[in-house]
Amino acid sequence: MRIGLLHSRVRVEERLLIEEFQRRAVDLELLDVRSLVWDLEDADSWTRFDAVVDRCISQTQAAAAVRIIESYGVPCVNPARVIDVCGDKLATTLALARAGVPSPRTLVAVDEESALRAVEAIGYPAVLKPTVGSWGRLLARVSDRDAAEAVIEHKATLGGPQHGVFYVQEYIRKPQRDLRVFVVGDRAICGIVRHSAHWITNTARGGRAEALRMTDEIEGVCVRAARAVGGGVLAIDLLECPEGGLLVSEVNHTMEFRNSIEPTGVDIPARMIDFVLEAAAGRTAAGTVAGGVA
Amino acid sequence: MTPPTATAMTAAAECPECAAEVRPARKPLRGEVLRCPDCSAELEVTSVSPLRLELAPTVEEDWGE
Repeated sequence: MRIGLLHSRVRVEERLLIEEFQRRAVDLELLDVRSLVWDLEDADSWTRFDAVVDRCISQTQAAAAVRIIESYGVPCVNPARVIDVCGDKLATTLALARAGVPSPRTLVAVDEESALRAVEAIGYPAVLKPTVGSWGRLLARVSDRDAAEAVIEHKATLGGPQHGVFYVQEYIRKPQRDLRVFVVGDRAICGIVRHSAHWITNTARGGRAEALRMTDEIEGVCVRAARAVGGGVLAIDLLECPEGGLLVSEVNHTMEFRNSIEPTGVDIPARMIDFVLEAAAGRTAAGTVAGGVA
Repeated sequence: MTPPTATAMTAAAECPECAAEVRPARKPLRGEVLRCPDCSAELEVTSVSPLRLELAPTVEEDWGE
């Protein structure tokens, strides 16, 4: 069995995955996405792989590469359809809504004046997010009309076309923390609580992590969220709404887990690789939850 | 005899920003990012043997999870 690991920057996570593959004596080939050239009509050089793991840091590169590799008949974890949905907050929210998975109330507009109406309809404070982006970047919490007008104008003027999709969410008064749950296939394998006095709680921005006590409710909503976006190896971010209960904030398709292994005591890379090897062996369709629908 | 440390066993390369010697604590992988101990520049390993370092690409808007 030969596995390809698609990467650009090799982060701690990629290094841990590589070491685990090596520990298991899996025939692993590292594929720097930046050095690859694909002949769209010639799949021969790719049929040597039983599966490819996508760990590209760039969503755009990942989506293109995985789409091509899948067209050659090679299963990818996670597949292009999952990257497409998870990589676009609008697509994610639509998928969650279709599946009845709770998430913060969201309004969308593609015009500045309409965006301002959306913000005022949501009420203050409101949160504006770019539809594409990660690590808590470019999120704006606006507390009044002046701030909303300024942010909307800045996005429309300074951002690329994507910033012309105004994604407006209600601000959830969560208890200075959020939850991150790691879902592999149809199991929530572990989770962390991320504490931060700042309303943006990513550990990349300094949030402190501790182990999450998993409950049936948490696992249930996370597995449903994973199924809603197509399943695979995913990190689900949850908010605890005082009025509405658990809400899914985001689903991440190239999850970072370096700060979560120690507090949870779960060998996250090993569980990920279990899934990849099953996909390669054809026992589980890559990217779909067992018994679920993509 | 004191066994060689991991640091002593790895190759070093010059920081492209400040020319300081950068010696990884362990054998790096191509694509890993190191930080120059002198100027703190983020450096990507573009070759392992010989060790070559280039300034790491800056974060793009579509980077992340």
